[in-house]
Amino acid sequence: MEKLQLPPKPEKSLFKKVRTIVILLLVVALYVWTFTTINIDWSRAIERSINNFHRVIPKLLSPDWAAAGDVGAAMLETVFIAFAGSLMAAVLAVPLSFLAAQNMMGGKVTSTIGKWILSAIRAFPDLILAILFVVAVGPNAFAGVLAIAIGSTGMLGKMFSEIIESIDMEVVQAMEANGANKIQILFYGVIPQITPEFLSYAIYRFEVDIRASSILGIVGAGGIGTMVIFASSNRNWNEMGMILFSIIIVVTVIDFASARIRRKIV
Amino acid sequence: MTNKNSLTQKSMSLYPAKTKMQVTIIFFVVLGIYIFSMYKTQEQMVGGFSGALGNMYVVIEKFFPPNFAILSAIWNSMLETIKMAIIATSIAGILTVPLAVLSAQNITTFKPLYYLTRTLLNLLRTIPDLVLAVIFVGLFGVGIFPGILALTVFSLGILAKLISETIESVDMNPLEAMRASGGNVFQVIWYSLVPQVAPQFTSLVLYVFEINIRASVVLGMVGAGGIGLVLNQQLKFYNYPNAMTIIIVIFATVLIIEFISNKLREALL
Repeated sequence: MEKLQLPPKPEKSLFKKVRTIVILLLVVALYVWTFTTINIDWSRAIERSINNFHRVIPKLLSPDWAAAGDVGAAMLETVFIAFAGSLMAAVLAVPLSFLAAQNMMGGKVTSTIGKWILSAIRAFPDLILAILFVVAVGPNAFAGVLAIAIGSTGMLGKMFSEIIESIDMEVVQAMEANGANKIQILFYGVIPQITPEFLSYAIYRFEVDIRASSILGIVGAGGIGTMVIFASSNRNWNEMGMILFSIIIVVTVIDFASARIRRKIV
Repeated sequence: MTNKNSLTQKSMSLYPAKTKMQVTIIFFVVLGIYIFSMYKTQEQMVGGFSGALGNMYVVIEKFFPPNFAILSAIWNSMLETIKMAIIATSIAGILTVPLAVLSAQNITTFKPLYYLTRTLLNLLRTIPDLVLAVIFVGLFGVGIFPGILALTVFSLGILAKLISETIESVDMNPLEAMRASGGNVFQVIWYSLVPQVAPQFTSLVLYVFEINIRASVVLGMVGAGGIGLVLNQQLKFYNYPNAMTIIIVIFATVLIIEFISNKLREALL
């Protein structure tokens, strides 16, 4: 019987080998640097955790139902912030995404400008935006709405422009060949193709913004975050348990609903 | 001729009447909720918009010019943040492997186990990073250790979900072929799943690393170490030029890390 043999493995080029080795060495060096220079005070962390464990964990698991009303109101405000913010962002992102998409406004120049604007917006952490808006309109929920709106515009614009770039251009070309003008092409050739995915991403962004807007309270931009900070500085872990519980419930419900809606749309 | 005219005048609609009706109703409901949200969120606003832009201008002016003299002093905290993100991402990357496999429908054929891990991960993902940080700071005291823990748990939720989705979308043929020729579970995973998932896995880990760098700004605000802590102190002392320098440093770091990880991702995929 003939002996079965595996085919020889393909030879890797020298360049690839060297590159792999260099990257591996860099990664190893990075880890060595990280672990040798990081400075964790283990003894204190362990001592603290032994002291605090029974003060924190059991209380966290027995939520303070008396605070349910206040927490519920703050959570509702968080949802409002996220809703208003992400809807604003969805509207603002549309023109920017058309600017950034390579197959729409013509030339590479406008697309590059649009992409630069979007990544500049994206580079700002939400929290920094919130700080700026808090000083502009005062410490209230509307500052949160503005921060969420601007923060989400960057990400949504990028997603939208990628959707626009992936549309079927043959439809557009066929319309052009038939003598349709720009507006007609936009309304009959482009918008029907992008609407479902735009909506799907906008709804997904609402999910993300619920999480984002629950943080903004630390800088005074409204929502449940304010209560998180108060509860933690008062070491009121029962109330923190209630907050955690309400966040988990609301986020789960909204995630579930949005997944259902998105499955229906696309 | 008349026939032709009537054809064009009865310009046909793209969508049936029922869909139009539904879309209109949904549009007005969404608009209604939006107006209500706007009203609710502006309830406690005292100043109104009149001074808004002016206020913003006055404050932004205070941030300038940034005080670059403190650059050498904040350098260490920025590096600390990066180290925190590296450790947290690595731990999460290791822990995520079994979790992602267990929560992928096509690998974990034992349904109860799949639903259990899935539900657990969904619960984990609902907790915002801020709340995690506050709880861990309460447990372990102020420092980088609670920060690392918070980042680990936070990124574990995201990573496990993304990777389990990647696993669910792999080509099942090699796996079935291996199973048919008698490979056990671990052999199937190691020889036909891992090679398919590895590039995506690395790309997603890099993505989560970026998220962690951003998240550490939030963590510092509640005392979980890193650059956020310094930023919070400077803002509390109204030391805006210093805060601006820190913001610029964070901005630059995020951009550089994004650039590097984009390059790495292109090389991998």
